[in-house]
Amino acid sequence: MKKNIKMRIAYISIYFLFLAVSFVLGYNPGKEIGYNFVSFLLYMLKILPCAFILIGLFEVWVKRELIEKHLGEESGIKGYIWITLFAGTIAGGLLVAFPIAYSLYNKGAKLSIVFTYIGAAAICRIPMTLYEASFMGVKFTMIRLLFSLPLVIITSILLEKYLGKRNYKMAEGK
Amino acid sequence: MYYTYTITGLILLISFIINKQKTIKAIKISFIKFKKIFPTFITMLILVSIILFLFPDEVISNYLGNSSKFISVLLASFIGSITLMPGFVAFPLSGILLTKGVPYMVLSAFTTTLMMVGIITYPIEKEYFGTKVTIIRNIISFLIALTVAIMTGIFFGEIF
Repeated sequence: MKKNIKMRIAYISIYFLFLAVSFVLGYNPGKEIGYNFVSFLLYMLKILPCAFILIGLFEVWVKRELIEKHLGEESGIKGYIWITLFAGTIAGGLLVAFPIAYSLYNKGAKLSIVFTYIGAAAICRIPMTLYEASFMGVKFTMIRLLFSLPLVIITSILLEKYLGKRNYKMAEGK
Repeated sequence: MYYTYTITGLILLISFIINKQKTIKAIKISFIKFKKIFPTFITMLILVSIILFLFPDEVISNYLGNSSKFISVLLASFIGSITLMPGFVAFPLSGILLTKGVPYMVLSAFTTTLMMVGIITYPIEKEYFGTKVTIIRNIISFLIALTVAIMTGIFFGEIF
C-alpha cells in the first residue's frame, strides 16, 4: 500500500511539474493538457459535492431494513423497476454512480440491483435522455433504451450468479 | 445542474430541521468518503486531460466518418470507451456528425460506449468494486453497446 502511495505522489508531481514547465516555456501541448485538466476538474467539482452530501444523508437516514426489503435478496421484479427509476433521476453518470452503488450495496442491496443501478445511471438518466432525443431523434433514443435496459438487467443477474458462486465481497471502508 | 443543487439543498435543509445531530454526522460522512476517493479522482483527471488532448473533437469526427460502416462502428466504440465526455458535449457533437452523413449505428456505438464503458474511470471503479468485477462489467457494457448499435442499424435500415 505504501509503495502505491509513493508511486501516486511521484506521477502526480511529475505531471504538475510538466504542466508548470509547459506554461513557463509556452509549450502548447502541455498547456492544452493543463486546460483540459482544469475544465474537467471544475466540471467534477460542480457535481461531486452534491453527490457526496446525498450519500452522507442516505447513510444516516435510510434504514438497512428498508433497502433489504425493496432492493435486497427478497426483492423481485419491483426492485429492478425501483432502482431504474431512482437511477433515472440522479445526475452525473458513471462517476457519481460508483460511490452511490457502493453505499447501496453496504446497506443491503443485492449485487444484481447494484449493477443494474450502475448501468441505468449510465444510459437512462431522464434529463440526459430528453437532451439526447432532441439531437438524435426520438426513434434513436427509444431503440437505445428498449434494447440496452433489458440487457443491463439480464447481464446484472447473470453477473450476480457468477460472483455469488465465488463468494465475492466488495472492498470495505471506502 | 441547478436542479440537482436545489434538490440537495432542500433535502439537507429538511434533514437539518428534523435532526441537527444526524445531519452533521451525514456531512461528516460525506467529507470522509470524498477525502478517501479524491486522490483517485485526480489520477482520473490526469488521464482525461491527456486522452482528450490525443483525441480532440475534430479527430473523433474524422475517425467516425471516413471508412466502412462496420469499421466505423468498431472505431466508434473504441473511441467511446477510452474517452470521457459529458452528455452536453457528446450529443451536440453526434447531432453534427449525423448531418454530415455518419450512420445512426455508428453514433449509437459511440454514445453508448461513452456512457457505459469507462477505461478512464477504471481507477475509481476498481477502488470500490475490485479489479475483476470492474473488467467484467466493462466488457459486458462494451458488448451491450455493440448489440444496441447493430439493432439501431437494423431499425434505421443501415444494415439490410
